[in-house]
Amino acid sequence: MAKITYIEHNGNSHTIDVANGLTVMEGAIQNDIPGIDADCGGSMACATCHVYVKQEWFDRINKKTEGEDDMLDQAYEPKKNSRLSCQISVSDEIDGLIINLPEKQV
Amino acid sequence: MIKTDALIIGAGPTGLFTAHQLKLIGLNCEIVDNLDKIGGQCIELYPDKPIYDIPAIPECTGEELTNNLIDQLKPFNIKFHLNERVEEVKKTKDEWEVKTNKGTEFITPNIIIAGGVGSFEPRKFAPKECEKFENISIFYSVKDKEIFKNKTISIFGGGDSALDWAIELSKNSKINLIHRRDEFRAAKLTVDKMNKLAKDGKINLFTKYQLKNVKGKENLESIEIENDDKQLKNLKTDFVLGFFGLIMQLGPIANWGLNLDKKTINVDTEKFETNQKGIYAVGDICTYPGKLKLILSGFHEGALAARGCFKLARPNEKYRFEFTTSSKTIKSRLGIKGD
Repeated sequence: MAKITYIEHNGNSHTIDVANGLTVMEGAIQNDIPGIDADCGGSMACATCHVYVKQEWFDRINKKTEGEDDMLDQAYEPKKNSRLSCQISVSDEIDGLIINLPEKQV
Repeated sequence: MIKTDALIIGAGPTGLFTAHQLKLIGLNCEIVDNLDKIGGQCIELYPDKPIYDIPAIPECTGEELTNNLIDQLKPFNIKFHLNERVEEVKKTKDEWEVKTNKGTEFITPNIIIAGGVGSFEPRKFAPKECEKFENISIFYSVKDKEIFKNKTISIFGGGDSALDWAIELSKNSKINLIHRRDEFRAAKLTVDKMNKLAKDGKINLFTKYQLKNVKGKENLESIEIENDDKQLKNLKTDFVLGFFGLIMQLGPIANWGLNLDKKTINVDTEKFETNQKGIYAVGDICTYPGKLKLILSGFHEGALAARGCFKLARPNEKYRFEFTTSSKTIKSRLGIKGD
């Protein structure tokens, strides 16, 4: 289990416990965190679960999967520290993770 | 005005199989889809990705699944209205009046929404100022390439559309190609060709840059691009093309008086009917307790919604359940000669 903090673009912050084995996207959807759409349901076929991860955490979470950057090209305002939250897996090691949400997904 | 027993919105796998079920029970139908081709998400998002959970098909790609569904519809003559988006749905006495963005009008007792996650639309530039120039100097697709002749075009994107147009338009125009990173997702051959043109000075390549701002009065005059280190560059440009793929928007469906749950439509599980009599929702766009967003669920939902349509389309007949293996009526509808 990991405590994950999702910070909306307007600054609203939500800290929740997410079970190991889920993805950061599933944690948000199951807890009704606004700001993540996940239209394709986690099959890496859209870019609507796009998030920013600050450098200190960026290097600690699992690396980008093949094709993830191709989808991020199609995200709203992608940056260097952009990730698809459906591709970040939750484990004890990322307890305390902070996720910043973009202004919008579509 | 086109009269039909049922109108299906969405030509993805669920919409296609729903059409099959309607035709089997003797109802006619037409299909409207915003995309320019049949297949929905399967064709637009993952034509080459293998799917492993279609019953009795161990493995098939999105494209193969679509082609098989189209094959299955062959015995029936179904009219598709592609490149059209349903805009208006209005209740008349006992029927629904439906209008598309191209002005096609339908009158039908039954509407089946098989719209996936909504309609596909191009992802647009983030800066607000871009809206002002949309369809004047900023475009998300190319309709008439002649307008670009001898002009300066700034093309954004790293996929096949961006690179194909950069290569094509570089013959007669000055091209800036801007992409947010060094790698391109376009086909390798296309990337090589683009790199050669960049080396020869036919394409000005700017990687790790994104659009920051656009400037101009009536027409666009210049754009500002910014890289990861916040360095700015000003580029004089006549036109801007953006190719960032497609996003899905619920669109006009939100205005039809349906009970929505976020981006999905609430339905019952007997007929997959919405809160509006004669409007059904099936596939990814519907929701109910236990809903699974699987293609196979869409098939089941479509089969039941099709039966639901029967009563409103044939108020004076009684629906009789029949098997395709034994029913002579169904076999004749399928064009299969008697035994």
